[in-house]
Amino acid sequence: MPRPPRPEKKPVEPGNNSGNSKEDAIEVMATVIEPLPNAMFRVELENKHQVLAHISGKMRKNFIRILAGDRVAVELSPYDLTRGRIVYRYK
Amino acid sequence: MIVCKSPAELEVMHRAGLIVWEILNGLKKEIQPGITTLDLEKSAARRTEEFGVRSAFRGYRGYPCVLCASVNQEIVHGIPSASHKLKEGDIISLDFGVESEGYYGDAAVTVPVGKVKPELEKLLRVTRDSLDRAIEQVRPGNHLGDVSAAVQQCVEENGFSVVRDFVGHGIGTKMHEEPNVPNYGKAGRGPRLEVGMVFAIEPMVNIGSPEVKVLADNWTAVTSDGSYSAHFEHTVAVTADGPWILTRPREMTGASW
Repeated sequence: MPRPPRPEKKPVEPGNNSGNSKEDAIEVMATVIEPLPNAMFRVELENKHQVLAHISGKMRKNFIRILAGDRVAVELSPYDLTRGRIVYRYK
Repeated sequence: MIVCKSPAELEVMHRAGLIVWEILNGLKKEIQPGITTLDLEKSAARRTEEFGVRSAFRGYRGYPCVLCASVNQEIVHGIPSASHKLKEGDIISLDFGVESEGYYGDAAVTVPVGKVKPELEKLLRVTRDSLDRAIEQVRPGNHLGDVSAAVQQCVEENGFSVVRDFVGHGIGTKMHEEPNVPNYGKAGRGPRLEVGMVFAIEPMVNIGSPEVKVLADNWTAVTSDGSYSAHFEHTVAVTADGPWILTRPREMTGASW
């Protein structure tokens, strides 16, 4: 059964844009593949997708280092599933 | 995000696909002038039960039947009815899907009723070819746009038009998943195909204008200019060796329908 290319519009409530993408974030476990400049990392998710992730401010503040091969938790934005934020490094 | 399925998952989807294949082939044999689309629906529902699987269409966003039966200028989503009788010279598209073991299979075929005009035979042949050419493009490293462009090129070089208001789709644990697989597009564009992706590729081709009108029942889509339309579909997986048509036996080769 084919589908329409654009999803049908649901009525938008005016003036009620919560704008809290932090609560919508999808948290996944991943492994760091390689470090890139500017504290960015290429990480591989459990479903084999690779994603560009940056280190979170909290980790920077506490001087937590991340190396290739570390298992980390990544927060993915629902708006762009190819970008993420590394929020935790597992032992 | 396009979900890639593991080899085990692809096996499950292949089993579901084979059921769709069997049922559609059984329905094809029943096509003759005089029967109604409701007869086909009842037969499809009976076969679905015999296989012990669930219909993917019935109840999906309110669709009332297990089968889509679209005759002549109906493009897709024709609701079977007792008052719709087939006559010699018609063409009918049967779109059917099941859910089995948690995964979906979706396929469609357009069949002539008795003897049809040569132009309609050409329409069916071209639509079937466009699907085959699109399936050829399903390999790791290609882009989704290669698939879409293959359909569009085959259809338009034969003077027919590609429907734009409906698209193919990813398929897996849900009937419709990301990505959209349009039947028009530019080669080289779109996401890169990886092993484990599964698509339902479904060219919809009109003889005349590509414009679509939806009837009052909110489902049946017809060509706006009344020209006839054909629809073929297969569920295809990306493997390291190329496309794997999940909705037909693995050993089969040649034209997909």
